[in-house]
Amino acid sequence: MADGLDAAREWLQAMLLIRRFEERAGAMYAKNKVGGFLHLAIGEEATIVGAVRAMRDDDYLISTYRSHGHAIARGTDPKRVMAELFGKATGVSGGRGGSMHMFDGERRFMGGYGIVGGNLPLAAGIALSSDYRETDEVTVCVFGDGAANQGTFGETLNLAALWKLPVVFMVTNNQFGMGTALERHTAQTDLHKRGEGFGVPGLRCDGMDVGDTYEVMSEAIERARTDRTPILVEAVTYRFAGHSMADPEEYREKDEVKEWREQHDPIKNFAAKLEDVDLDALDEEIGTRIDAAVEFAEESDFPTPESMQDHLYA
Amino acid sequence: MPELRYREALNQALREEMERDDRVFIIGEDIGVFQGAFKVTQGLLEAFGDQRVRDTPISENTIVGVGVGAAMTGLRPVVELMTVNFSLLALDQIVNHMAAIPYMFNGQVKVPMVVRMPQGAGHQLGPTHSHCLEALYLHVPGILLAVPSTPADAKGLLKAAIRDDNPVVFIEHESLYGAKGEVPEDADHLVDFGQAAIRREGEDVTIVGISRMAITAQQAAETLADEHDIAAEVIDPRTLRPLDLPTILESVRKTNRCVIVEEGWPHGGVGANLAALIQEQAFDYLDAPIQRVTGADLPMPYSKPLEQLAFPHAEQIVERVRSMV
Repeated sequence: MADGLDAAREWLQAMLLIRRFEERAGAMYAKNKVGGFLHLAIGEEATIVGAVRAMRDDDYLISTYRSHGHAIARGTDPKRVMAELFGKATGVSGGRGGSMHMFDGERRFMGGYGIVGGNLPLAAGIALSSDYRETDEVTVCVFGDGAANQGTFGETLNLAALWKLPVVFMVTNNQFGMGTALERHTAQTDLHKRGEGFGVPGLRCDGMDVGDTYEVMSEAIERARTDRTPILVEAVTYRFAGHSMADPEEYREKDEVKEWREQHDPIKNFAAKLEDVDLDALDEEIGTRIDAAVEFAEESDFPTPESMQDHLYA
Repeated sequence: MPELRYREALNQALREEMERDDRVFIIGEDIGVFQGAFKVTQGLLEAFGDQRVRDTPISENTIVGVGVGAAMTGLRPVVELMTVNFSLLALDQIVNHMAAIPYMFNGQVKVPMVVRMPQGAGHQLGPTHSHCLEALYLHVPGILLAVPSTPADAKGLLKAAIRDDNPVVFIEHESLYGAKGEVPEDADHLVDFGQAAIRREGEDVTIVGISRMAITAQQAAETLADEHDIAAEVIDPRTLRPLDLPTILESVRKTNRCVIVEEGWPHGGVGANLAALIQEQAFDYLDAPIQRVTGADLPMPYSKPLEQLAFPHAEQIVERVRSMV
């Protein structure tokens, strides 16, 4: 591990980096530096880091509109993620995608997608491609509990099981499909069971625990890699912030959020388990990185008018 | 040159491109064991095996999405959707994903794929299996759009589409699958996108026919010449995006009159768009308002006499031309 940190400390560092990035992104949104919608993943850091650390470098990751953390966990420079939020040419998608549409092909991060459930079929296609090319790559497809009610969920699970595609479908159950609580949008709230009818086995992990997420995702990825079959993993987590920055959160009690924040914080709780961790020192170092990311985003240029048509066609 | 049917020309294109490039594979409903609802994929499963000829569940949106994911990671899928009406179930993947991904990710990834689908009326299939929706796909930036009307073009355009690095919506016409025509045997017979065909030369009026209407327009032109001494120039754009507007404009500047014929609906149609482009760029050359002959503005009726009334025939084109020349 870099800097002599062991894996656990590296996980902690990665989670903290995502947390601080998200907090700063929220602050930049409040200052109108960031436009559009901004979906933060505060509270979901263990789900993100546990899953991504279970992957190999040549595995594919595909995510949703809440994907800053996935890009950062996969190794994309936070500077380029922040620059994308600012709509700058140096952003990870050149300022064309914004918060919801990060992409980093070099790291096999196959993108964030703004359509709920829209990424599931793409994941099956990527996994088909891995099989077609006779590799043992696995695709990890992240989506939310709300997306499990889209037609693409059933269609894709059926097809992936039928064709024995190596995909891990990871439903990030943060308990809300936008402002609609899980029990108000889903009849079967044990989401990992919803693959059974399609022949896709399910596992569940504690998405607030990076270690548990890592272990369950490692098992799922290994099964997908070896058996070449899809598997559904439900990571139970909680979204500390609103659906997006535009969300007044009138659908849930403040006390509920407070309780989750205080008792289930994935970073605080994990740090407490580690010996000799100087969280403040780590925080300071990360703060410097985030400052640099904001500075980079501020100082970068917007895309030029001349570049507007670029990449519409190959 | 051998004569082939339109469906055979398409089959030949698929076969040759699959032989040429092992990244090319085809997926769709009933394309393998059943050999295609319109028999375009006949014999391909036997020739290439079930890795490269994949029967799918009836899940249009997911079929297209699988194609997009595979294309993003280096393959060159050809997706068959059973009709253009069913492609509406796949609009999310076509419009929000296939078309947008190269641009929204700043060119970091390409989506080299083809979505084939037939369209068109005349088979008494009613309002859910008969429409012409090329205007819908013309509307979307990020995709190329082909509407071949002859067997030779069907082959050449499909081969070009498969080799293109862009996503292509490739719309065939159900009534043309049995049509015969000479087709070059050359395995590299390509028809470039953005090259209209002048099917017939004439000085009195330009008739632009879209998809099958290019054929209907030629029939009308023959009647106009034989019975009414009117020389019509017939243009088949072959691809709507890119559109060979210069060839159309050049013709209109020569004939000073233009009729656009399409089987699709009139409002927001291909003809509406083309008429706007022509009047923007060749208004001073027009001796009469641009005319459109289109499908009726309604869901396609089943009953034969009504259905026949609901899409253009040569007689209507003849009448319209005579009213303006």
